[in-house]
Amino acid sequence: MTGGDPTPEEFSANASALVEGGADIVEIGIPFSDPIADGPVIQASSQRALGAGITPKKILSLTGEFSDQHDLPIILLTYCNPILAMGAERFFQMASKSGVSGVVVPDVPANADPQFHGLASKYSIDSILLAALNTPETRLRQILAETTGFLYLVSLYGVTGPRKTLSPQALESLKRVISINKNRTPVSAGFGVSTPDHVRTLIRAGADGAIVGSALAQKVQDHLGDPGETEQVLKKHVAELKQATRKF
Amino acid sequence: MKIKKAPIQPRGRFGKYGGQYVPETLMKPLQDLEEAYDEYSRDPSFKKELRNLLESYAGRPTPLYLARNLTRNLGGAKIYLKREDLLHGGAHKINNTLGQVLLARRMGKKRIIAETGAGQHGVATAMACAALGLQSEIYMGREDMERQKLNVYRMKMLGAEVHPVDSGSRTLKDAINESLRDWVTNVENTYYLLGSAVGPHPYPTMVRDFQSIIGREARQQILAREDKLPSAIIACVGGGSNSIGIFHHFLHDLEVELYGVEAGGQDIRPGQHAAALVAGSEGVLHGMLTYLLQDTNGQVQNTRSISAGLDYPAVGPEHAYLKNTGRVKYSAVSDDDALDAFKRLSNQEGIMPALEPAHALSYAFRLAKKYPTKDSILVNLSGRGDKDVEIAARHFIQ
Repeated sequence: MTGGDPTPEEFSANASALVEGGADIVEIGIPFSDPIADGPVIQASSQRALGAGITPKKILSLTGEFSDQHDLPIILLTYCNPILAMGAERFFQMASKSGVSGVVVPDVPANADPQFHGLASKYSIDSILLAALNTPETRLRQILAETTGFLYLVSLYGVTGPRKTLSPQALESLKRVISINKNRTPVSAGFGVSTPDHVRTLIRAGADGAIVGSALAQKVQDHLGDPGETEQVLKKHVAELKQATRKF
Repeated sequence: MKIKKAPIQPRGRFGKYGGQYVPETLMKPLQDLEEAYDEYSRDPSFKKELRNLLESYAGRPTPLYLARNLTRNLGGAKIYLKREDLLHGGAHKINNTLGQVLLARRMGKKRIIAETGAGQHGVATAMACAALGLQSEIYMGREDMERQKLNVYRMKMLGAEVHPVDSGSRTLKDAINESLRDWVTNVENTYYLLGSAVGPHPYPTMVRDFQSIIGREARQQILAREDKLPSAIIACVGGGSNSIGIFHHFLHDLEVELYGVEAGGQDIRPGQHAAALVAGSEGVLHGMLTYLLQDTNGQVQNTRSISAGLDYPAVGPEHAYLKNTGRVKYSAVSDDDALDAFKRLSNQEGIMPALEPAHALSYAFRLAKKYPTKDSILVNLSGRGDKDVEIAARHFIQ
């Protein structure tokens, strides 16, 4: 969920609803003005949060409160520039103090900025790398070796956003990763993963996790002005998603 | 135990600037592009084909014009104009689009996408694609479509599809965002033709190389005319392709002062200008580490300039490097001063410049007086002003 969307208070309540629904990990987005990996739903969600005056520091403080209340891993997702603006070292230090377990930066691919990787490790935060459908095998092996926490598998060509069906390449790509994943690094698939059906298909194909973002942001958008309803809808959807992860 | 591997050396850096800050899906096409560019930029048949097109289609070489009236009226160094405005399409952009469309065709890509600000790169893309038989789709901010209507019509006439961009500030920055989102969706068949010396590696290097013909010609031309190098070269900087194009072959001539001129807009407060090098700070946007107009939280700020082609919150990474080394001096010229230069060149020389190089001209007018009359200074007149007539008319013809 985008931190601070639609307001800081509602965000905190919504994030708690995800936990009540059965989420295993909560990923909190720090919005950036120019999110090139994101489709219209997350763009709108980012604009709502920024419009409500959210800042990276406020999100870290909300994250700290959230982590005190809930016993589950929290991941931050943000773009490179907000991290640089805060100062990379300070960002990882504050993230660590806020109880963050891992960080995903979609515009910092493997090897693009070794500084982040080192700082994450210094503050005992997982540096979660992404792999794409077209990542060549040698690079994929390297990413699998370097990612910590899990591998974030981008399961389509495109930006984030709810889709009706899983991309045709999603399962193929998952199979390819599993076949070379000798160290059994956990693999979670995201981008376009929206429904319980998608989750069930991915988990049955061997994914360790499914990452759902835009589908939840869409629900926030659909129920703006009705915080109670938003929480209920989110909780119910996450419960269905969680149910779909059970293999039998 | 964790496997330690030597990290791959970061490629495509100018000092620390540049790099490849992109979603993982773009790493493979960027690598393919780099390899193809390395191969074809050394291939004699590719170079010959490009040279032929630049001469017979685009109209190279462009003349070097001594602006006698301006020189006399200012009373300082001789002012030479590198006439990129005379190129087919009316701007330097065609130097780059012909090169990249040829490259795309050799790579077997069928679909070309491009962003455009003022519309000059969009027009040049549409032209090169029509000439070389490829499909083009152009992303353009809604606000830019309004203020550069003529170029929207031109692109459509030339067979391009124009996609309005309604996200963010609805200008060049957002057109690049949408192009990157399109590319990440259609990587397999699509070639992204970036129009300035910005973006992830290898674009800043490749675009500079294709544009460096400007400076290569200008160097020979000025030596033939004056028998010595100019005292200064002045060019406008938005993303920075025309400026790096004219600077490149003079970078090692330390006696030649190089000046980059950014858009000072209304004034130099946040949101009122587009002078990333003058007033920005380091950050990452559009795949590159560079100077950027941003707030303290790293959110990219809105920009404002009378010239759509300079209305961009970042700048090419090589310029960031050249600023830090001090080799190029960067400054900003206001909307009003650019309009004044537009009018003066039109009246005194019968040449209507685009509002972008009008910024460089304005700075050159100030500079000329500081040099003796035996010296010369060189301005890159990167485009013609037809597209800006409506804006200028609003200011001058009431």
